[in-house]
Amino acid sequence: MDQLIIAGREFNSRLLVGTGKFASNQAMVAAMENSACEIVTIALRRVDLDNPEDSLLSHIDSDRYLLLPNTSGARDAEEAVRLARLARAAGCEPWIKLEVTPDPYYLLPDPIETLKAAEILVKEGFVVLPYMPADPVLARHLEEIGTATVMPLGAPIGTNRGVRTRDLIGIIIEQANVPVIVDAGLGAPSHAAEAMEMGADAVLVNTALADTPNPALMAQAFRKGTEAGREAYLAGLGTQRQQAEASSPLTGFLRNG
Amino acid sequence: MELIINGEAHEYLKPLTVQELLQQLNLNAERVIVEINRTILSPTGHNETELKQGDTIELVQFVGGG
Amino acid sequence: MSFQQQLECYPQTEIVQQITAATPQQIDRALQQQRLNIDDFSRLLSPNITDRQLELMAERAQRITRQRFGRTILLYAPLYLSNECFNGCKYCGFSADNHFPRKTLTLKEIEREAKILRRQGFRHMLLLTGEAPKVAGIDYLEDAIKIIKKQCGSVSIEVFPMDTDGYQRMVAAGVDGLTVYQETYDTELYRQLHPYGPKSDYHYRLDAPERAGIAGLRRIGIGSLLGLGNSLSDVFYSGLHALYLARKFWRTQVTLSFPRICPADGGFQPNSIVDDRQLTQFICAMRLLIPDAGLVLSTRESAELRNNLLPLGITQMSAGSCTAPGGYGEENRDAEQFTISDERSPAEVENLLKSRGYEAVWKDWDGAFLNKAAND
Repeated sequence: MDQLIIAGREFNSRLLVGTGKFASNQAMVAAMENSACEIVTIALRRVDLDNPEDSLLSHIDSDRYLLLPNTSGARDAEEAVRLARLARAAGCEPWIKLEVTPDPYYLLPDPIETLKAAEILVKEGFVVLPYMPADPVLARHLEEIGTATVMPLGAPIGTNRGVRTRDLIGIIIEQANVPVIVDAGLGAPSHAAEAMEMGADAVLVNTALADTPNPALMAQAFRKGTEAGREAYLAGLGTQRQQAEASSPLTGFLRNG
Repeated sequence: MELIINGEAHEYLKPLTVQELLQQLNLNAERVIVEINRTILSPTGHNETELKQGDTIELVQFVGGG
Repeated sequence: MSFQQQLECYPQTEIVQQITAATPQQIDRALQQQRLNIDDFSRLLSPNITDRQLELMAERAQRITRQRFGRTILLYAPLYLSNECFNGCKYCGFSADNHFPRKTLTLKEIEREAKILRRQGFRHMLLLTGEAPKVAGIDYLEDAIKIIKKQCGSVSIEVFPMDTDGYQRMVAAGVDGLTVYQETYDTELYRQLHPYGPKSDYHYRLDAPERAGIAGLRRIGIGSLLGLGNSLSDVFYSGLHALYLARKFWRTQVTLSFPRICPADGGFQPNSIVDDRQLTQFICAMRLLIPDAGLVLSTRESAELRNNLLPLGITQMSAGSCTAPGGYGEENRDAEQFTISDERSPAEVENLLKSRGYEAVWKDWDGAFLNKAAND
């Protein structure tokens, strides 16, 4: 069985789903169900005292899905660590999607603060899944300090632009010894398929599912795209042919004399 | 006594426990994470912990996120 | 997973079968992959490769090497410090079974040799010994390195395997590279060829590159002695080993050598012969497997072959070598470890490189860049 294994835990689905930006809880749940995902990300925010909402958790079956709190909103390592500890105090399993995004325009992950926070959280026993720029050297550092995966971005959050960081993600996949989950910027099922065809272990999608009139159907499409990409990768893709170019043969000396 | 809750000052006439505060604010104690003066409160400590004048409280919950 | 465990995932008979059974289509597919996996690599080692496919592979190897390394070749000199040895390796001129005058250079002699090499232009030196720790052990090496580092900025060692502590001492002394060949990855054959002495411990030697990586050596060189055993599996395992080290020690450069067995003092007969075509194939396949690895060709090979292999992926060469301790300063070459084929002087090699459009790099690294309290 081709299972995704993170921190020793097995999953059948290679599509992770984010729960943000949906028009309604119903839309969110429909997307989750149709994606066949097993891991969903959630965020932490201050309770609005004037308008306390229905808790998100009453809509998500925590027996069916692994809840993966993220540290979105954190602008530095200290804030991220604090958010992680808060999530853990809520009784969640100590899995955390580490997200340190001080830049409010593009929400790009801060490599330095992410590495700092990851080191602290790994030591505190968290299973850390760090969202990071598509930087192969940073990926090696994070893996070295013990994160359970690396999660390079495909394109800036919410832009739906696909695997723009393709070449660097290729290097990360080549060099990583932990699962590589392409996160952020995937806007279409074909993007998810592309990432999986390259050998990514999983993909995480949020905006593309939330920002559509039919989240349930889009989630289904993403499920298929992710599976298709993975199967193509396992089957072994054909590649474009290369022709011999040299004018005088390099190996001619083997045949002369 | 004055308490700072989620960044805003609130006045309370008499001392109260965390559990009582959550009840007054109409919040489900099981779904809210409480941090007092930068220390995270264990969920079992809700009805034991008394709040004091000037305590800074963060009440946090899970919401949708990517 | 340790490397030993990884090796067990690829049993020798299966691997040899996979390599020898590779079809033309499988070889074509492997040649087209942008990144080779280990199965692609195995196909490229196959004797079934056609001349056309070999030419295509050579072109790719050249292109990759030029992208990564430009048109440069690093020149280094081997400096044999001692030929004393307690091992009885059946194929080696220094075997304890062979009787000839043993020599361990004094510090003065080391200084003389190193100065000669420096005058010839070398700034990268590879220090070699046999395995005789009481006579030429870690303390001796530390003293030798101190002297040699005055003459050049980069010292590598090809000596007996050490514990991690030993390698850390070497790093502290200023060594930046290490070479240790497994000779053959075939455990049974290894046992036969190394009947006694410390080298008979297969696993200790197998894990030596990893200990070196842990100790922080910047460059780790491995390889098999081609011709000892089944060269197909030995080259395959060398590739697997190189990948393992490159993934585990990502700040370290891995280099591979392709020494072919040739007559030694003991008159050892190789099990198999790797011909020039196969050697070419192995070098190109390795270049495709690990684009960033250094590939080393020593003076065991003839001048003509070295000239022809130059464009196909080689990045490091020795020149004007002598494999007898003290041989640079003295005429006496009796006590050689192996026979040199390419006897050109370093200056001649540099000219040859120029004529082929390559630049000889004499100095690529200097330990003095590091802010260490080393013996500078």
